[in-house]
Amino acid sequence: MIEISNISKSFDDRTVIKDISAKFEPGKTNLIIGASGSGKSVLLKNMVGLLKPESGTILYGGRDFINGNRDTVTDIRREIGMLFQGGALFDSKNVEENIKFPLDILTKMSEEEKMDRVNFCLKRVQLENTNKKMPSEISGGMQKRVGIARAIVNNSKYLFCDEPNSGLDPQTSIQIDRLLQEITDEFQITTIIVTHDMNSVMEIGEYILYICNSLKLWEGNNQDIIHSGVQELDDFVFANNMMRKFREMS
Amino acid sequence: MRRIGQYILFLSALFRKPESFRTYVRLTLDECVYIGWNSLLLVTITSIFIGAVTTLQTAYNIVSPLIPKSVIGLIVRETTIAELAPTITAIVFAGKIGSSIAGNLGTMRITEQIDALEVMGINSVSYLVLPKILASVITYPILVIFAAFLGITGGYLAAEFTTVVSPADFVQGLKTTFNPFIVSFALIKSVVFAFAISSISSYMGYYTKGGALEVGQASTKAVTISCIAILLSDFILAKLLLN
Repeated sequence: MIEISNISKSFDDRTVIKDISAKFEPGKTNLIIGASGSGKSVLLKNMVGLLKPESGTILYGGRDFINGNRDTVTDIRREIGMLFQGGALFDSKNVEENIKFPLDILTKMSEEEKMDRVNFCLKRVQLENTNKKMPSEISGGMQKRVGIARAIVNNSKYLFCDEPNSGLDPQTSIQIDRLLQEITDEFQITTIIVTHDMNSVMEIGEYILYICNSLKLWEGNNQDIIHSGVQELDDFVFANNMMRKFREMS
Repeated sequence: MRRIGQYILFLSALFRKPESFRTYVRLTLDECVYIGWNSLLLVTITSIFIGAVTTLQTAYNIVSPLIPKSVIGLIVRETTIAELAPTITAIVFAGKIGSSIAGNLGTMRITEQIDALEVMGINSVSYLVLPKILASVITYPILVIFAAFLGITGGYLAAEFTTVVSPADFVQGLKTTFNPFIVSFALIKSVVFAFAISSISSYMGYYTKGGALEVGQASTKAVTISCIAILLSDFILAKLLLN
């Protein structure tokens, strides 16, 4: 479980997130949603250690990620897998080398064990026989799958995804969402996804944290979200005609 | 001042939380091939022509019949070893390798590849930059020795194929009063230049913000600042070591 308490972060004079607290449980797909510029990606970057919050605590299974000693922080970091918005695959490495990279650097596994694990992860994301392809030779959706495989290859306990559906067609987006949910359930990972895609929210939102203007305005799940009673959230959720019709029907 | 402080912190991060020794050996060897071997053709062409042109220009400037023609060989040897091989090659090296390092790291930054390393708990500065600096410091002095040899050879070829000086006079000049310290001086300069080029270019690339435009700007700045650093350190080293 990940617990964040009173996280705040500013850049110069501008407060980007303020006093945000939440609990993200294992085996659930936890979503952080909000409009562009609301601070959700900044919150995610604070949680994975790419930014340091000005105040607040972040606990990974009770271990302090902000003020913990260097060994604790390193241990936590090595339990984290992250899928970046653009995939962030290493250009100079092929698919297999990209996925094997965390094992090469962080483990003492034999080459055979590493290859078994790589092939297992590739099979799990339905990308068998793409081992030798370069990132530039595969589609955006496949790059995201390789990114997921790389994020879970080291048996990560925590999986973070920054807008996993950006730049993908609706069908591929749903496939990625379902893959993330299946992996979360199968390996009992604590998965946190930053998104503003309402399809994802309705499809896999087991826990949803809504951020608006730097503040946490609502939390709940995909069943409750259409009856939240929060004006800002309603404006966000029912921004398009399809969702408005869905509300009228329900 | 803020940039200088950030550069010093960047250098101090090179040795913080390093990965295994084996990892660095492999990465450094890869970089040696990329930085050293791939620069060989450019260094060869540059050095031969610079040596040849130095011979022609020195001959053009020696108008007094009292100065023996063999002086041309002596001047070519001294200027090539002490100045042209380490410094001109460094400027060429900054243009080729400096811009490449900055562009490579800048692209990794804007495509979140550096963030990916950090999230995995890897010290990205140490992992990405240290092998580049080590490879530069190892291969650049070798390139300079090579450049000096080719520069003098270029000077000899100019003597052979033109009438400005006879090859025999040129060779006689080459053999006249040799002070071995200029070789040490050239090698000391080459290590300093290699460190300056690789570290400045890495710094410029690593802290790139924005998109493709900013990556291009970072590469340009890396070359410009590296060239200034080369010329400045060249002057300081000459003042310190040749007094």
